[in-house]
Amino acid sequence: MNIVLNGETYKTDGPLTIGRLLSHLSIDRRRVAVEHNMNVVKKSNYDSTIVNSGDAIEVVNFVGGG
Amino acid sequence: MPDNLLTIADKSFSSRLIVGSGKYLTNDQMVQALEASGAEMITVAVRRVNLSDRSAASLLDHIDTSRYFLLPNTAGCYSADEAVRAAHLGREAGLSNWVKLEVIGDEKTLFPDNEALLKATRILVAEGFVVLPYTNDDPITCRKLEEAGAAAVMPLGAPIGSGLGIQNPNNIQIIKEASSVPVIVDAGVGTASDAAIAMELGVDGVLMNTGIAGANNPVDMAEAMKLSVKAGRLAYLAGRIPKKMYATASSPLDGVIGT
Repeated sequence: MNIVLNGETYKTDGPLTIGRLLSHLSIDRRRVAVEHNMNVVKKSNYDSTIVNSGDAIEVVNFVGGG
Repeated sequence: MPDNLLTIADKSFSSRLIVGSGKYLTNDQMVQALEASGAEMITVAVRRVNLSDRSAASLLDHIDTSRYFLLPNTAGCYSADEAVRAAHLGREAGLSNWVKLEVIGDEKTLFPDNEALLKATRILVAEGFVVLPYTNDDPITCRKLEEAGAAAVMPLGAPIGSGLGIQNPNNIQIIKEASSVPVIVDAGVGTASDAAIAMELGVDGVLMNTGIAGANNPVDMAEAMKLSVKAGRLAYLAGRIPKKMYATASSPLDGVIGT
């Protein structure tokens, strides 16, 4: 299925949790924040929130800024 | 007792200098500059993770969060809704509910959109955020931000990254006089004397990024800024002499030889 990940189309084998998606992307969950269809997902819900076909996911982290 | 605490909401900082983490050539340079600045609060931006290149180390691998308090910003947001979204993400990525709120109204000047800034401040305050809005050097806007629940107001000294110094010291002084929350001059500082001038106006702190990161030697400039913020604060507390048109002799007038 396709999802929209950070603005780009991204293929996955099927629905998966945000936790699985982050592991798949080799992203340390402690260092990021995730938005699922415009809503921030709490870290404690990463393993229970399912990403379905067509969903929009944003994965952000801190970068240098003023 | 030396006056050396900057208190915003429920937190106190021993440094009145707040610095950004952007625009450094290397992470090592940033780490050294942060150290030299003596700052305890560091601003950071929230951006998409680079998914095609996962090799770059996270900023948080370099900033010791047990030592520095991170203040996520909403830089690059042009509407209240975007800024609120960015604040939510910053809260989840970080460790606190503090936000440096920016809602930009124009790409060329990066001046704030006051109306949207106020709207976003109200929303975030209602959600329990500690909101530090970057604002124009306009006393009325600052008053409205305070009434909306901002924990501090952060008027610009000059446009972001311009290095022009404090363009309207009179307004900054009026803002300070009228505010019950801390006033932080945010943006526009180009060199150490600019920071000292800001502090001599009586404001509670100064926030800068480019003034340090853009210097030929950012680490030395960070130290210069640390000293100038301290010097400016001390001079403000000490109380300057009045300006006069003519001279007043420093040496005694009596006992001059040959009289």
